[in-house]
Amino acid sequence: MSTAARAVPPLAAVARRDEPASAATGGPAKIRAEQLDFYYGSKRALHGISLEIQPNVVTAFIGPSGCGKSTFLRTLNRMNDIIPGTRVEGRVLIDGDDIYGPGVDVVGLRRRVGMVFQKSNPFPKSIFENIAYGLRINDMAGSKSELAGRVEESLRQAALWDEVKDRLHESALALSGGQQQRLCIARALAIRPEIILMDEPASALDPIATQRIEELVYDLKRAYTIVIVTHNMQQAARVSDYTAFFWLGSLVEYDRTDRIFTAPSQKLTEDYVTGRFG
Amino acid sequence: MIATTTKAPRRVESLIEWGLFVCALVSVGTTAGIIVILAVETWEFFRTVSPLEFLTGTEWTPLFAAPRFGVLPLVAGTTLVSGIAMLVALPAGLLSAIYLSEYASPGLRRIVKPTLEILAGVPTVVYGYFALLFVTPLLQRLLPGLSGFNALSPGIVMGIMILPLVCSLSEDAMQGVPRGLREGSYALGATKMQTSLRVVVPAAFSGITAAFILAVSRAVGETMIVAIAAGQQPRLTLDPTVPIETMTAYIVQVSLGDTPQGTLEYRTIFAVGMMLFLGTFVLNLASAWLRERYREEYA
Amino acid sequence: MKELAFRVVALTVLFVALAALAALLVDIGVDGAGRLSWDFLTGFPSRRAANSGIWHAISGSIFVIGVTGVLAVPVGVAAAIYLEEYGTRSKMARLIEVNITNLAAVPSIIYGLLGLGLFVRALGLGRSVLAGGATLALLVLPVVILSTRESLRAVPKSIREGSYALGATTWQTIWHQVLPMALPGILTGLILALSRAIGETAPLITIGAVTFVTFAPQSLSSAFTVLPIQIFNWVSRPQADFQANAAAAIIVLLALLLTMNAVAVWLRDRYQKERQA
Repeated sequence: MSTAARAVPPLAAVARRDEPASAATGGPAKIRAEQLDFYYGSKRALHGISLEIQPNVVTAFIGPSGCGKSTFLRTLNRMNDIIPGTRVEGRVLIDGDDIYGPGVDVVGLRRRVGMVFQKSNPFPKSIFENIAYGLRINDMAGSKSELAGRVEESLRQAALWDEVKDRLHESALALSGGQQQRLCIARALAIRPEIILMDEPASALDPIATQRIEELVYDLKRAYTIVIVTHNMQQAARVSDYTAFFWLGSLVEYDRTDRIFTAPSQKLTEDYVTGRFG
Repeated sequence: MIATTTKAPRRVESLIEWGLFVCALVSVGTTAGIIVILAVETWEFFRTVSPLEFLTGTEWTPLFAAPRFGVLPLVAGTTLVSGIAMLVALPAGLLSAIYLSEYASPGLRRIVKPTLEILAGVPTVVYGYFALLFVTPLLQRLLPGLSGFNALSPGIVMGIMILPLVCSLSEDAMQGVPRGLREGSYALGATKMQTSLRVVVPAAFSGITAAFILAVSRAVGETMIVAIAAGQQPRLTLDPTVPIETMTAYIVQVSLGDTPQGTLEYRTIFAVGMMLFLGTFVLNLASAWLRERYREEYA
Repeated sequence: MKELAFRVVALTVLFVALAALAALLVDIGVDGAGRLSWDFLTGFPSRRAANSGIWHAISGSIFVIGVTGVLAVPVGVAAAIYLEEYGTRSKMARLIEVNITNLAAVPSIIYGLLGLGLFVRALGLGRSVLAGGATLALLVLPVVILSTRESLRAVPKSIREGSYALGATTWQTIWHQVLPMALPGILTGLILALSRAIGETAPLITIGAVTFVTFAPQSLSSAFTVLPIQIFNWVSRPQADFQANAAAAIIVLLALLLTMNAVAVWLRDRYQKERQA
């Protein structure tokens, strides 16, 4: 970690936004956060995040460790609900509906907003069963042949089919790290989400496996809205259309990726992307 | 559109959760059941026998024609046997724990630890056999005045049975002491023994004390060894060479007989049981409290 | 010098403990091996020690711990699932946990008194196999709960997260992912709990498992006796013949225990190998 050559500017110097940061013109946002605060117990981890994410693009969240990008990502499919003692204030709207509103079906939400984790977590079952599980619990399994068809479809989408088509009933744990991660992506795709959240999906993988994941992300954005958290700025620059820079639980800047990395409007952003700190 | 909650699956989920909760409550029910049953029968008992006589009387002859209900002989019996057991188990258990924790090679540990586990797993009725038919005759050769039923033999055997408990709990406590403390002591030039006895054991004090108290509780509640080898003669004495009777052995004695339900004699086992429960409950509470404190120290 | 003395004393202590175990096993082996025979295992008791068998006690033991297992497992596993997956952090859960820890240290004879008052009398089950099994089920319940919780805890959080992220409910996640992974550990815990139950004497004496039962129990409402009680009965007789019977019965009991523990250890090892794969 390189320490800043100059003192890191205090939070107050960062321009506060009252309107959700919107980096695109026209078209309704797929995801819209309004003044989102997040608490672990009494500790506030996110401060007034307001942000609009466009459909069918790849949006990257970047920032140093502990800046809240993963926490914010997990508020988008309410994964933080399973941690005791957490609290959310503010709104998160997906297609115009507040997902933290009263009576919201969290289970249904998670079907529409899929997630891929930093460390791949295939179930200790066969490759086929890993994908079939999501279909079965969401009543999407259909007949035996329909199920097999859907499993194949999602494996193809994840660019894994050719490698595993002959060993669908072998244990998923026998796959390599990169293959396991693609299996997790296939598993998420199988239930036909609209949005895919990826929390540092390639950080545990070697460069070749990483490249395949990045190619996959690029291909998938045509049909899905993808939000990817990454601590690797080059990856963000390669893969994403829009980038949001987080720092100490606040959103500092959100813009088209090329602008963030070439001509950011915040000094803090510039310091981060040029490697002066973090 | 975000769907609002559909009713049917939600209902099944909360039904399942409720069912699991009820099962968890069974344990609370067990404690409540123990307390209620003991309390009800003890209450009935105290309507006939005065608590003062019960708690301070020195003769326990409830099954005689002219019954006496002083529980002290039973308490004395329990205390005597448990005391002997602790004399065996506590020092030996602690010493073994220190050795296993600080000195022993992995090879030795691999032999000793499973052996101790076996010692702890032998059914108590087997230990009773051992006490009556092996240890007592053996001791009688050393102490010619030793009666066939006595407190010494079951006390020693009970001590051997409880030793693994003391050893493993004390060892856990000592393993919980951070390495840094030991290293600090060695760095000052202390020997292993000095470090063990003057640094590690005091640091693990709460944990070790918790282990000791639990061992006492175990000894007090032990039944079969004393039922077989200690005798059925309630006696207010501290002489380990004569027959006595413990609280637990008394309950067994009455249960084996044909005492009809609802009689005073029948209720005596609940009154004695209540004393036993309260005694071990207090001990267990103290042990748990000490263990909590120990955990806080090294959390 | 002191160091050496300390080591010698400690090693002596350990040696004495091991020697005691050896003496116990040898003594019982010597006393009882002569009485072991097929007739002994399949016979019934009689007034003459030489004609006595232990089939009534073996079948009683197996029947009773069968009932114990059937009662303790569903309740224990359910309670553990609640505490581990649903109820964390609530005050009620904390109270239940403290309660379970306490129950694990209550003397077994108190459970006998509970069984006597609750199952035999209040629920009118009499001195039956069902009452005995239920009493022992309450006795081993804390053990089942604690070991099941450990098995559940050993399942990585990432598996649960992966399941929730796919839109699974808590129960779906438990039933399809967590429980299957925890199953070997739960089974191991169950076998260990039952091996504890099979050696229990005091609670069953208290609920009235009488020592003069001479038949194998026929049904849940049968009177019964178990191996440890038969051993106790014979040990209490002064005749050397009966004491030999007791020793032989002890050998059978220990053999049963050894088998159960060996199965539990085998299960645990296989399970660990699978997790590594």
